[in-house]
Amino acid sequence: MSFNPQIAAHLGLIFVIFNMLVLSAAFMVWMERKVCAYIQDRKGPNRVGFEGLLQPFADVIKLMFKEQLRPKAADALLFAIAPVVSACAAFAAFSVIPFGTDTTLFGLLDEPIPLQVTDVNVAVLVIFAIASMGVYGIVLAGWSSNSKYSLLGALRSAAQMISYELSYGLALAAVIMLAGSLSLREIVLNQSGAWWGFIPKWYVFLQPVGFFVYMVAGVAETNRAPFDFPEAEQELVAGYHTEYSSMSFALFFLAEYVNMVTVAAVATSLYLGGWLGPILPDWLAWVWFLLKVFLILFFYVWMRWTLPRYRYDQLMEFGWKWLLPIAVLNLLGTAALVLWME
Amino acid sequence: MEVFAFYAFALIAVVASVLVVGQRNPMYSVMLLITSFGALAGLYVLLDAPFTAVTQIIIYAGAIMVLFLFVVMLLNVPREEPAGLAAAIGPRSLKVGAVLSVLLGVEIVWALSRVGLAWFAQDPAATSVSSVALIGTALFTRHVFAFEATSILILVAMIGAVVVARKER
Amino acid sequence: MVPLNHFLILSAVLFAIGTAGVFLRRNLITMLLSVEIMLNAVNLTFVAVGRYLGTVDGQIIVFFVMTVAAAEAAVGLALVIALFRHRETLNPDAFTALKW
Repeated sequence: MSFNPQIAAHLGLIFVIFNMLVLSAAFMVWMERKVCAYIQDRKGPNRVGFEGLLQPFADVIKLMFKEQLRPKAADALLFAIAPVVSACAAFAAFSVIPFGTDTTLFGLLDEPIPLQVTDVNVAVLVIFAIASMGVYGIVLAGWSSNSKYSLLGALRSAAQMISYELSYGLALAAVIMLAGSLSLREIVLNQSGAWWGFIPKWYVFLQPVGFFVYMVAGVAETNRAPFDFPEAEQELVAGYHTEYSSMSFALFFLAEYVNMVTVAAVATSLYLGGWLGPILPDWLAWVWFLLKVFLILFFYVWMRWTLPRYRYDQLMEFGWKWLLPIAVLNLLGTAALVLWME
Repeated sequence: MEVFAFYAFALIAVVASVLVVGQRNPMYSVMLLITSFGALAGLYVLLDAPFTAVTQIIIYAGAIMVLFLFVVMLLNVPREEPAGLAAAIGPRSLKVGAVLSVLLGVEIVWALSRVGLAWFAQDPAATSVSSVALIGTALFTRHVFAFEATSILILVAMIGAVVVARKER
Repeated sequence: MVPLNHFLILSAVLFAIGTAGVFLRRNLITMLLSVEIMLNAVNLTFVAVGRYLGTVDGQIIVFFVMTVAAAEAAVGLALVIALFRHRETLNPDAFTALKW
């Protein structure tokens, strides 16, 4: 089979995206500890590497050397599969997110390839579907560990994720109505241009309520504070991953951070204009994308270390009684807006 | 390439379904059914129905199966007593029923394979307009009554499920 | 290119497996799972024939079938929970109160 540069470029792109996700998870570990430290008026890790940047790698190496335990009464097959399901769902959701314009890699290729793994025309729904698959990793982990802390944490986490998926989907539906398409690439391209020359046509300005709903639902979906009751260190030992050690534990953490990155990336594509930005040339547009994603991730970390944790019944009440009606009203308002703009 | 994908997905779907029916741990049954649904979603993609494929994952594999999983965990259904195949299968009338269903399958397969090959139309126009837009338009114009009736049905089912499963006070 | 009746045959096989499951298994949850297998086989038929005829109606019917299946699964599982609370067993042979 002759060497096809298109296929090689695609495979190279997949390789780069995968590694970028893993590296961003590592970067998130560092950022979380540093931001947490500065919020708490101390310095955080600063021994390993410059300003502690090599700390996540030290953590991974430590985790690799730990013993892999499994409780005797645990269901072996499900216990082994659960972290794999979590990690696979987290990575798969990133496959439809675009982070740059079509590029020909400086003229090496004959046709431009879009900077994403694949461009489906139901991309938004694919992300939603894979996010709902992520529930299974947690539920299987809790069940198969055969321990009461794990089971409670898993059930709570699953119920929380399902409840907030509704608001998540409604926020997505409002953006889809504005853009008229389900493909993330087209949604981003619809946000190009500016009003009066300097306010960019991002959907966050058209839908502030929708953005708020999406961010809150995204935080709840990824089990992060203030919605991280299922992993609450103070109450549940460690929730659904109590019985996991070594690389399985690392896989759960990787899955959580990659989920955060995915939610942030989808938020930038839907609301903050993706890779569009003023000064940089087209082939550097992914820099804007990265900047916006890390801005949202910074907000994530900031929220975790500033806000107190919701109690479980408060969490569920907020999700069903407050966020869902707000999301529905937002949808109705957006529908009215779209009709009025026609 | 497409033929290979079809056979791969079909094999996964059939094997997973047979195992759902055949093996005894209800947790494994639910997981295997999720795999089967995933394979069916792949088949829908092969049939130019990406919206149906994604909806299958969201609704069936993502919501209905989570419901099943919750019930299995809540009832703490033990692994069925390995009392042997005869006790697990049931009285004779049911064995007859099972044999009849297998016969049904064989008969339909035989009938269909005598129909002759019917190829799908390679219609470029069908895939040029996004199928989601087509589905949306048809749902809200020709089938709007069924759409609204379904929403009432779901409401009734929600209330019914909560009422039926409530603890007696 | 895969011809239409390959899909129909696959759907028939899945339907037969589902029906056999409802007859063979003496566990309420597994019986409900078999019913879901049957519904999925029917969905596959609808989508395949819809594609063959070139309309989008197959997918619309599947949309409604999925919704109704979700409603039915919810109510069915609620019934299973209520029954389990009564008899502590999931074997349908234990519920013989209405038998002659």
